[in-house]
Amino acid sequence: MATKVVRRPELTFWEKLYLPQIYCGLKITFRHFFKNLGLHIAHRLGRLKHLRASITYQYPEELRPLMSRYRSRHRLTLRDDKTPRCVGCMLCETVCPAKCITIVPGEHPDPHVEKYPIRFDIDLGICVYCGYCVEVCPEDAIRMDTGILDLAAYSREAMRLDIHELMDPELRKPVNDCSLTFPHTCKVHGGDMKGSWDGIAKTAD
Amino acid sequence: MTELLITKVILAGFVVFAVLNLAGLHTWVERKQSALIQDRIGANRASIFGFRLFGIFHGIADALKMFTKEDVIPAGANKTLHTVAPFFSVLFSLVVFAAIPFGPTLLIPGLEPIHLQVAKIDAAVLYIFAMLSLGVYGVIIAGFASRNNYALMGGLRATAQMISYEVALGIAIIGVIMVYGTMDLGEIVDRQGHLIGGWLPMWGIVTQPIAFIVFTTAALAETKRAPFDLPEGESEIIGYFVEYSGMKFGMFFLADFLETIVVATLATTLFFGGWQIPYMAADGFHFPWGWDIPIDNWLYVLLGFLSFSAKTLAFCFVFMQIRWTLPRFRYDQLMDLGWKGLFPIAVVNVVVTAIIMTVMGKVG
Repeated sequence: MATKVVRRPELTFWEKLYLPQIYCGLKITFRHFFKNLGLHIAHRLGRLKHLRASITYQYPEELRPLMSRYRSRHRLTLRDDKTPRCVGCMLCETVCPAKCITIVPGEHPDPHVEKYPIRFDIDLGICVYCGYCVEVCPEDAIRMDTGILDLAAYSREAMRLDIHELMDPELRKPVNDCSLTFPHTCKVHGGDMKGSWDGIAKTAD
Repeated sequence: MTELLITKVILAGFVVFAVLNLAGLHTWVERKQSALIQDRIGANRASIFGFRLFGIFHGIADALKMFTKEDVIPAGANKTLHTVAPFFSVLFSLVVFAAIPFGPTLLIPGLEPIHLQVAKIDAAVLYIFAMLSLGVYGVIIAGFASRNNYALMGGLRATAQMISYEVALGIAIIGVIMVYGTMDLGEIVDRQGHLIGGWLPMWGIVTQPIAFIVFTTAALAETKRAPFDLPEGESEIIGYFVEYSGMKFGMFFLADFLETIVVATLATTLFFGGWQIPYMAADGFHFPWGWDIPIDNWLYVLLGFLSFSAKTLAFCFVFMQIRWTLPRFRYDQLMDLGWKGLFPIAVVNVVVTAIIMTVMGKVG
């Protein structure tokens, strides 16, 4: 049987003396201390803002920079006329492993578009943030690039996003008034179909 | 007589006030300093009327929390001892400050000269070490009275550590006592004002550098903080105060901070000239290159006090830095360091000091 000789590093005389090692340790901590102290003071004076004094992010006031590919809360991208780009093809609902997407498609007045979502719900309570819906979408209609991470709610019902919140990432709960004019169903109207295509410019004609 | 009593009460009140506030401030310093060392920000959310002041109110928030928490005494514990133990800890670290001179003699017309020292004790060094040694009783009693095996083990660890370090601590101080020829801390500080060769202040660090290193190490062990926090070991090896909650627990922490300050003041007094400023005498500065700047008594006292405070705070800072730099010693390493390292060095230091003093004819 082959044996492997492990050579444990022997302490040198200076290391055994311990005091020089304390000095080395203190050198490191003092360097950090004074560097960070100086940077904090400089930040107070509005200087050297590009150098961070600490790796802590003061969360509610200061958000962490996210990678561009980070998968955060979903949003529905819009056409020029502020209607959803979604064509109601159901691919995302089909591919979703958590089955958290619910789409009810309706007929779009534009024959080149054919369909659009009357209803588009995502239940964030069961979403696994896999991003398959984004990858599968042929129309680039759904993205996960809002950078919204604070997805907390007091009820399961409040975790369900409807088409309002998905179309407008700035919109936070609770949604009390409906600004969408195309025909759709949403929580504000209690599930009734509201709106019409009148007054919305038709594209591609 | 009443005059003396009043001045003493004022002095004592001042010292207790300053020391307790400094100890309270230590919680903030500890948080912020460790945060800066570790590239963090540190506690900064507590605010009063929207003012955060770099989290300085967290100390107050801590105290409020401690006072309002439930005080649990475990079933089967010795109630009296369990209650008395934290008081012992705080008391013995607090009374030490009585013997520490924190400024030169203040002359007020119509009054006796006031020594800025609560109690002028001839054997102040002995008194201080007696009190520091008694402080360990709080720890042992806490461990014993908790009726918890882990707490008892913590108390025993504390005892073993104290015994091994107090010896080295005491012997290290003997060198200082020999050089200055007195046990009166006020006298020791006075004699540190002398100059060697007309330019080098005769501070303890100059005359007894080895004793200073031994003293600092042993004193850090005395404070029961990292790297010598075996008795406590909050997160891993469960210390003597597991069974304490509320302000009783807070008092153990307060005692820790107080001991840090005790050690800082002691190091200042014994090795860094106490309230002395180099070349400052009672009638003004006399620089060896010929300048003379006369100063009044009040300025002299003020400068002396500021010098003492600055040195003490600097020591607190360095001790805190060491606390956040070094990892905890293993138990056998601790014993090795105490008995095989510091103790012989301290003894050799005393012998060498004696030889040098005999050769130089300074004995007596």
